[in-house]
Amino acid sequence: MSTPTAGLQTGSPPVGPPVSAPDERLASTSRFTRTLRRPELGALLGALVVFLLFAATDSTPQHLWFTQTGFESWAQQAAFFGIMAVPVGLLMIGGEFDLSTGGMTGFTAIVMALLVGQLHWNAWLAVIATFVFGGLVGLLNGYVVVKSKLPSFIVTLATYFVFRGMSIGGVLLVNHGSTEISLSNTSSSGLGSARAMFGSSFGSNGGLATGYQTAILWFIAITVLSVWLLSRTRFGNWIYAVGGDQNAARNVGVPVERTKIMLFMGTSTAAALVGIISFLQTYSAVSEQGVGYEFYYIIAAVVGGCLLTGGYGSALGAALGACIIGMAFQGVIYSGWDSSWNFTFLGVILFLAVVVNTLIFRRANKARR
Amino acid sequence: MTDMSMSMATSEGARDTAMLQIREISKYFGSVNALSGISATVRAGEVTCVLGDNGAGKSTLIKILSGVFPPDGGEFLVDGKPVRFSGPRDARDMGISTVYQDLAMVPMMSVWRNFFLGSEPTKGWGPWRRFDVEKAKKLTSGELADMGISIRDPEQPVGTLSGGERQAVAIARAIHFGARLLILDEPTSALGVKQAGVVLRRIVQAREQGIAVIFITHNPHHAYPVGDRFVVLNRGTSLGEYAKSEITREELIRLMAGGAQLDALAHELDLIPGVSAADVGVEPEAGDAG
Repeated sequence: MSTPTAGLQTGSPPVGPPVSAPDERLASTSRFTRTLRRPELGALLGALVVFLLFAATDSTPQHLWFTQTGFESWAQQAAFFGIMAVPVGLLMIGGEFDLSTGGMTGFTAIVMALLVGQLHWNAWLAVIATFVFGGLVGLLNGYVVVKSKLPSFIVTLATYFVFRGMSIGGVLLVNHGSTEISLSNTSSSGLGSARAMFGSSFGSNGGLATGYQTAILWFIAITVLSVWLLSRTRFGNWIYAVGGDQNAARNVGVPVERTKIMLFMGTSTAAALVGIISFLQTYSAVSEQGVGYEFYYIIAAVVGGCLLTGGYGSALGAALGACIIGMAFQGVIYSGWDSSWNFTFLGVILFLAVVVNTLIFRRANKARR
Repeated sequence: MTDMSMSMATSEGARDTAMLQIREISKYFGSVNALSGISATVRAGEVTCVLGDNGAGKSTLIKILSGVFPPDGGEFLVDGKPVRFSGPRDARDMGISTVYQDLAMVPMMSVWRNFFLGSEPTKGWGPWRRFDVEKAKKLTSGELADMGISIRDPEQPVGTLSGGERQAVAIARAIHFGARLLILDEPTSALGVKQAGVVLRRIVQAREQGIAVIFITHNPHHAYPVGDRFVVLNRGTSLGEYAKSEITREELIRLMAGGAQLDALAHELDLIPGVSAADVGVEPEAGDAG
């Protein structure tokens, strides 16, 4: 009855939205529709539901889910996924994939371990070198993708296998036949301060003696930075544009190739950060660490409202997606279930999130003509 | 065309100097001769229409004019000086703005984000340099209102606008960015009669603001009422450049359709009411013979 297309119909009752005079349509977008249009809405609701679900099924004696212990356990897990999921989300908004991310987190940990353990570099120097290495891998991925115009899915799949092989073969070669590199001497120069920055904890108190991992702070920092980047900078505008319509972006002068390469460098540098953190937490690195995690990052980004086809999404959403995965992994343990069900749980969440996000997206963008 | 170069040489006042002039422009793609010997002139406050059927070379010409790629031969003058663009940005810096057929707008992005895409206003310093979002929103609403366009909400995605609204936003954007020369690529082709009228009015508006306009179209009925000069392309070559006083609408249509071809077509069409559908369908040779 009140479909807003009947501009030529005769006197319709004044209850419907006025459509004949364009001026009257100004600012007719309700706050509700605007909220619906936020891409991270689904992830926020999902996170609440998952949190409450595990609060209800929590079978630990002291109901730890609601304590700092419970919070810290899923938050640190979320941080490890989120540090990656947020830049992966940005890359997806920019219309590309990076499948090398999971393997890169492990490989950069090994780079770090070799530099400190075998070459006895100053830890800070090793940190910088690892970041540079990460950035270069992203530069290579991005450069090959934009120049070859091949799907990034294929290009980064190749990178992934190259590094996976190197992380096993290379380590066996230089590490006397063992795939684990552990630091024998933990008194190398700079190691203590580097660990304080990346691999330690903060805020220990009566309720939580171990404190919170610094990784959580990195996660928050990266999320805040990415949200700001996406919503408040030129670069953010370009990210949406290169993912939404590359040709249009190019025609108005957006440096499409540079934007994409920067995004690839973002994911690989974040992978280096995860590698550095995990090495400095344990002073060891194992081959094939992080392999397969690239899918968790993509799941988190998709759950957070990033479209697989690019052009739409949210950094905050990807962070919330990472929180959901963190909660799912730890919640299963707190509920006393078999942790093999993690994967099934993730699959269901992914599917539901995509369905809900797609519905919301269509509704917010189509029904308002 | 000779009087053109004379006024160029004397260059008396902005109105007399051609804003943009191309002479004998050509372009090859491998062995394909996409354009050869194209000449055209555009002055401030004038509309030059480039007409041609599909495959006539209109798109190639636009891309040369807007700096997407350089011509392989010929002269390209802006304000009487030879130029060579290394990209669309160079053209834009000289005040040449192109509104593409696809409008170069990203459907999923909001109106204000699209409006400033690639030329975002910034504030702050160094690492704090950021997209001045408030300014962008305000300017977008203001510019659209000035052109008499009411968009419900600059936050809404461009994909939810109608074709005419989208076109209007794109033209407003080009004018806002100091376009002295506005190149419009088939702005009316995807629109209904009423919406096309709105766009033609915008073209006249732009002309009255002293902007030079290149209006690319395959529709002489849209071109003739607003055009001051007409360049007709056919299969990569120019069929001539005419001032409005030198050509009538009918001549323009004839020229575009390739004269004799149009006669044949008109003849065929005349036949149709008389001939039953079965005849046309079964024996198309009859039409050729007749």
